[in-house]
Amino acid sequence: MATMMDILIDIKHKAYQTQSSSRKNIVIKDLKFSLNNQEFVCLVGPSGCGKTTLLNTIAGLDSNFQGKIALENKNTTPNIGYVFQNPRLLPWRTIRENIELVLTSPQSTDMVDTLLEAMQLKHLADSYPEHLSLGMSRRISIIRAFAVNPDILLMDEPFVSLDAPNARQVRKLLLSLWQQRPHSILFVTHDLREAITLADKLVFLSKSPMKIVSEINIPIAREDRENEALIEDFRQHLISNHPDIKALL
Amino acid sequence: MFSKFLTSQYLGFISLILFLLSWYGLATLLNQHTLPSPVIVLKVLKQEIISGELPYHLGITLLRLIISFSIAMLIGCSIGILLGRHQKLDYFLDQWLVIFLNVPALVTIILCYVWFGLSESAAILAVVINKIPNVIVTMREGTRTLNQDLLEMAHCYHFGKRKTFFHVIWPQLYPFVMATTRSGLALIWKIILVVELLGRSNGMGYQLNIYFQLFDVASILAYTVAFIVIIQLIEMLILKPFDKNAKKWRR
Repeated sequence: MATMMDILIDIKHKAYQTQSSSRKNIVIKDLKFSLNNQEFVCLVGPSGCGKTTLLNTIAGLDSNFQGKIALENKNTTPNIGYVFQNPRLLPWRTIRENIELVLTSPQSTDMVDTLLEAMQLKHLADSYPEHLSLGMSRRISIIRAFAVNPDILLMDEPFVSLDAPNARQVRKLLLSLWQQRPHSILFVTHDLREAITLADKLVFLSKSPMKIVSEINIPIAREDRENEALIEDFRQHLISNHPDIKALL
Repeated sequence: MFSKFLTSQYLGFISLILFLLSWYGLATLLNQHTLPSPVIVLKVLKQEIISGELPYHLGITLLRLIISFSIAMLIGCSIGILLGRHQKLDYFLDQWLVIFLNVPALVTIILCYVWFGLSESAAILAVVINKIPNVIVTMREGTRTLNQDLLEMAHCYHFGKRKTFFHVIWPQLYPFVMATTRSGLALIWKIILVVELLGRSNGMGYQLNIYFQLFDVASILAYTVAFIVIIQLIEMLILKPFDKNAKKWRR
């Protein structure tokens, strides 16, 4: 069972210094929001605004910033599942090895099989990533993130190169896995329709230096999310009532 | 029909036969003591093997090769990886590396013998010092090209040092290790003969020196043949299988 985990993200200042010039590039400025326990939050913003940088700081890959990222349960280091923008599989390890390498306990191997089965990739368990299509590799990287039983799941545009039926299927699977074993999800996308379908809350981000434009809770019930007309209505409503959001898109 | 025989194996075999034939032809034509035919060389080789001379000296040299190669690879790989990971240290030690890369092998050998005496350890040391800079340069290059994305992935999923090294770093360095192994064996082999010639009383280098003084070309060639065969065996029985094993994940 996942532990209770509220996260407060409060980044005062994050800058990049390119090697060629000494000029500092401010990526994030005064960004503050919370990710409540077991909440599904979508980050929506123009591409290149620093969403990946934000996820990297939350994942602890980049500690060079001013501010803090506070995890409520400080006693344990949280399990973080990260679905990167590119799959980042080890090409010299088989699919099964790639997934099993992130596991801390050997008992979870059964779960790996279940996940592979659910993604219809079981027959490929012993092949190497280079023999797979990008879409398949992407699904493997999603399985890998689920396999660690994450407290927080970070997803960086995970469905980008999947075709529509595949994306729909994986999206469905993501939701059912999330409902089976609730955890917090931070999901980066620039597709507003996808964000409305998935999230409890949308966080709109401005372009660089990144800050929050608005936070919007989605009132649509989970069982109605399949209804595309409802999603489209909400999207239209968002765009016409929020000029600042319209400006972003 | 004819092209069926032109596969890579056949081509290699044909070219080898052609080489032996032209050697034989040239030797017969010149009929000189200084260029014995392959038949004579083979006869000498057989005698040397039966008498136990050649296996003894070749064995000694191979032992020196294995010891100095292992030491040089171990130290060179460690320093190379370290320099590839730490830029400041790299800037600091780069000049040293350039100096050691450019000291002639013969100078290192002479200095080692002068400073440490005509001993076994001085001989090994001379070979090791000659080889280490090359290993460092290759491994440093390999470490610089490590994939940052995969390292981040390993960090994010709490791989730890051991797991990261064996599953993320080592497979990426492997081609560089193989490259430096091949170039290393070739380089060490050449240097080790000079080391033996100058300051040892056994080994291939010592034997070759004796035969040089006797102008016994047949024996020199017999030792050369034995050497080439050994290197080919190392390539076929050790290095090739390693290569094959490492390439199975590639498309």
